[in-house]
Amino acid sequence: MSINLTQLKGLNKNLHLHFPDEKIPTRNGYGESIVELGKNNKNIMVLCADLTESTRVEQFQKKFPERFIEIGVAEQNLVTVASGLAHMGKIPFASSYACFCPGRCWEQIRTTICYNNNNVKIIGAHAGISVGPDGATHQMLEDIALMRSLPNMIVIVPADYEQTKKATQAIAKYIGPSYLRFAREKTSQLTSAKTPFQIGKAQILKDGRDLALIAAGPVLHETLQAALLLQQHNINAMVINCHTIKPLDKETVLHAAKKCKFIVTIEEAQIIGGLGGAITEYLSEAYPAKIKRIGVNDHYGESGSPEELMHKFGFSSQHIYQEAKKLLRR
Amino acid sequence: MVAKLSNFKKITNLNQLKILANEIRQDIILSLAEAKSGHSAGPLGMADIFTALYFNVLKHNPKNPQWKERDYLILSNGHICPVLYATISKAGYFPRKELFTLRKLNTRLQGHPHRESLPGLETTSGPLGSGLSQAAGMAYALKLDKKPNKVFCITSDGEHDEGNTWEAVLFAAKYKLDNLIVIMDRNYIQIDGNTETIMPLNPLDKKYHTFNWNTKVIPGNDMSKIVAALNQAKNNHSKPLMIIANTTPGKGVSFMENDYTWHGKPPTKDQAEIALAELCQTESRLKNKTCSHCRYQHEQCVCIDPQ
Repeated sequence: MSINLTQLKGLNKNLHLHFPDEKIPTRNGYGESIVELGKNNKNIMVLCADLTESTRVEQFQKKFPERFIEIGVAEQNLVTVASGLAHMGKIPFASSYACFCPGRCWEQIRTTICYNNNNVKIIGAHAGISVGPDGATHQMLEDIALMRSLPNMIVIVPADYEQTKKATQAIAKYIGPSYLRFAREKTSQLTSAKTPFQIGKAQILKDGRDLALIAAGPVLHETLQAALLLQQHNINAMVINCHTIKPLDKETVLHAAKKCKFIVTIEEAQIIGGLGGAITEYLSEAYPAKIKRIGVNDHYGESGSPEELMHKFGFSSQHIYQEAKKLLRR
Repeated sequence: MVAKLSNFKKITNLNQLKILANEIRQDIILSLAEAKSGHSAGPLGMADIFTALYFNVLKHNPKNPQWKERDYLILSNGHICPVLYATISKAGYFPRKELFTLRKLNTRLQGHPHRESLPGLETTSGPLGSGLSQAAGMAYALKLDKKPNKVFCITSDGEHDEGNTWEAVLFAAKYKLDNLIVIMDRNYIQIDGNTETIMPLNPLDKKYHTFNWNTKVIPGNDMSKIVAALNQAKNNHSKPLMIIANTTPGKGVSFMENDYTWHGKPPTKDQAEIALAELCQTESRLKNKTCSHCRYQHEQCVCIDPQ
């Protein structure tokens, strides 16, 4: 952890990135933002399926008890009650772990929310392999593919605490079904309060020309570290924060492909149908490039500490760096 | 016998309601025969209840489907939509001739109802078990906003196999959603056979009672009992209300009645003629007039021509 990311050349100054030592869970950003939103908009409601504390909605529950619904362990009901609320003009945030929601209730999201274009926000916490000791059952890796395949749904995977705050505000303002995914663990920060956020607009964190590293979620910090390793070996990598996986920022992805020719995607999810899937689908038609997808490839997670798992499943900066070098030799 | 309810005529004469229900059954047969696919038994069995709802019970306005003071009708078992379509068409939501586009390309009358396609639909349904929880969400929002509107939800007995239904039952009881009135189409059939063979549900009234609901059991094809129960339901308080309506699947068409094989298939052209002849005879008895479709005497009518 002695790597100092401020040494990165070509960091985008307009994004006001910062790299403090303190780590904060992304879900905290949701919990803080939803309370602020609740103060200003009485249509904001929160529903939770017996996971109030760990999805960080306990403050909302305390402040706005009548606008908070405890559904119990019933995710199908969670999203369909939310659908009914949205029909009446409410803006419901249905909060659970990603493995249960959207994992348990995909059909209800499809039929009663997306097909009707109902303004429901699906909040999937504790996604990814970094959930750790709970093991594969609770490490949701398929949620991006599940949500991305639904017409009308947008899919956002914020990089850190600050970005989760902004993404929560953005989906509250956006009218339509939205999926917001975050992780369990404390996450290194890179965006600051000044960093802009716009749904569907990817951020070039660092410019480069030799290859593009495109990532979403907390893995962005490791990705930036991998870019620093590459820089130390005279390889100038572009790094893109593709926080919105759907709608994909085609313009930025195409720009990266045209400029760099080589692309590595990094996500803490199944690469089948995930960010890597989205980018390869698009570029194979628009501008074929050499691509390596880093993620979980068609298997399940397992128990272990988050650090051990991130290493074993290939999300370390060292692994990203090696895969990037391998790709360049292809 | 016609009282004014908002911009809509409320019909209180029981014989007029029965005549309407019969005409709706004829339209169900005609639209299904034209579609050559769809469900027959459920729609026919629920024709009396839908007639009572749209012509006597619900506050609604066909000229303004989004009217803010309306009662909400949520159809959870979406496959019986031919009865919903025939009823709301008769109520004035869309032209009758559109019934004969059912299930066809570019139709607003999708095989299972799609809210965004047709005015007068509150939800999209088809996949079973998720209508009750949507209705409960709406009822919660209405109570939160201190609004007097009622939410009526039609559910089937078969969809009580679904876990989602029971999740909603718990939820509605927890929040004492007494503005939620649920009508169960208790016809004892589902695709594979009798409900009690496939997955026994009885005693449903006791189950709901134990789950802290108000419950009532009514004969689901008796217009006077239906109208009385549904109007009384508006005064429901302190708990959500389940009205178990014992209906006859295929009601009004002898060869379809109580035969589960009619759950999910339409009549052929020949079968439709036989069905319509019987329904016309019923109409004749109720009206003592000629067929509204073909102008023959009802005893001779074999009308399948929608025009």
